[in-house]
Amino acid sequence: MEKIFKVVKNGPVADGVYEIVLRGDCALIKKPGQFVNVKIDGFYLRRPLSVCDASGDLLTLIYKVAGRGTEALAGIRAGAELSLLTGLGNGYDTSKCGSRPALIGGGVGVPPMYLLAKRLISEGKKPLVVLGFNKKSEVFYEERFKELGAEVRVAVLDGSYGIKGLVTDAVSDADGADYFFACGPEKMLKAVSDRLSCDGQLSFEKRMGCGFGACMGCSCKTKYGQKRICKEGPVLEKGEIIW
Amino acid sequence: MVDLSVSLAGLELDNPVIPASGVFGYGQEYKDFYDINVLGSISVKGTTAEPRFGNPTPRIAECKEGMLNSVGLQNPGIAEVVGRCLPELKKIYRKKVILNVSGFSVDEYAYCAAAAEKADNVGIIEVNVSCPNVHDGGMAFGTKPENVLAVTRAVKKASTRPVFVKLSPNVTDITETALAAAEGGADGISLINTLVGMRIDLKTRRPVLAAKSGGFSGPAIFPIALRMVYQVFEAVKLPIMGIGGISSAEDVMEMMLAGATAVQVGAANLVSPTACRDIINDLPRVMKKYSVTKLSDIIGEAHK
Repeated sequence: MEKIFKVVKNGPVADGVYEIVLRGDCALIKKPGQFVNVKIDGFYLRRPLSVCDASGDLLTLIYKVAGRGTEALAGIRAGAELSLLTGLGNGYDTSKCGSRPALIGGGVGVPPMYLLAKRLISEGKKPLVVLGFNKKSEVFYEERFKELGAEVRVAVLDGSYGIKGLVTDAVSDADGADYFFACGPEKMLKAVSDRLSCDGQLSFEKRMGCGFGACMGCSCKTKYGQKRICKEGPVLEKGEIIW
Repeated sequence: MVDLSVSLAGLELDNPVIPASGVFGYGQEYKDFYDINVLGSISVKGTTAEPRFGNPTPRIAECKEGMLNSVGLQNPGIAEVVGRCLPELKKIYRKKVILNVSGFSVDEYAYCAAAAEKADNVGIIEVNVSCPNVHDGGMAFGTKPENVLAVTRAVKKASTRPVFVKLSPNVTDITETALAAAEGGADGISLINTLVGMRIDLKTRRPVLAAKSGGFSGPAIFPIALRMVYQVFEAVKLPIMGIGGISSAEDVMEMMLAGATAVQVGAANLVSPTACRDIINDLPRVMKKYSVTKLSDIIGEAHK
């Protein structure tokens, strides 16, 4: 559904990474891992952004300034109105995990882990949160996850902070996770999938046209047939993925 | 009261606004956004004899005032479309639809058109001779008049429904292929399909699309589409569905003045899922503004 949201605040949370908080109708956001598609003035296609948090009528999104579209988004001030298609994608299914899931986010794959951690904790589960970044200046939301009461590990590639290396250097089967949820670059998703022997759900990113299943721009092949990342995804189960 | 109705090759439409093939699937994705029964008709996703996944991804790229796609006719195949997709569409859309068929040989087009005889909600067969995203088919047919002639003849023979031929703009003279379609017995012409375009990513220094090039659509192509509709209106005496960058009620009227009896809205639906409904709702206001009471009166008026 197309909904108009009002910008409450918009600013950097790390080097090149912005947090935008919007006020509007969040009722269609039912699950962590869903996304919204944001219209930015002067750009033809919308920008799909995963939901970081949705609480009451406040929606939090986190985005990396990557191109001219997100650059323009970073310039939007409080009070401005944005058109969003909301409640898109399937989201994570938290009913499939046990009491100790691992949540693994890399870079701008971190945001959806926040609402997911919140949801899991409210369900009485004890998530292990593993966040991966390239360098210390890009780290965000470590404290926010800790405030939720989650166990948090931060892996930083250049060793300038936390555990030196990739997210896969910060988690293994020895941590006793019974299930995992992951979001990040495809290489990371594959590495996580190989590293952990338990089952899991992984969220994928692809260039999209519409974001609601109409244009077939973001299709992929799975063991269960063709799926649209925007509609039957972005979350796929480990067992169905064709790497 | 203003009158939005048009008569398209014997099909009576409540209004001339039709979502274009490839942006509307088989209708299901839009039913949550609005009651799609307001649409004049629907041109469903391009359908081939066999199921197709299409091209590798990425197959979408953004442009100024438009987009590229290299989807490459992903579709479940004609048997599934006739057996499941069209009956499912009938449950949520009570009017006749336009079945867009594609192929890699003259026989495949005819096969798809013949298979569609079983679908009673198909009002028009639209022959896609112009998809830029498939090798050895689609546009290869659409750029050569002799192929357009052969495909049109074969489809006309296979189908009892009115046949519209959807032309490629990627030609030197659009009237040559339009005339070939007319000679082949077409009941109407749809134009234009997308223009072949490309984007290159500054970071990777490679084409954005995995297929390298793709079809350019969106508001940027509207003047080209309008010019070609104008030319074809003069060249052949057949009803025209005008397609290309239409995103407002004003665009609809401009396209009809150029000679279109109906219009198809493509890319606009992807950005604003309610685009077609919004255009239909806005048409009476714009008609009044320009003193039009019966929309069909303005078809081709720019030629007078």
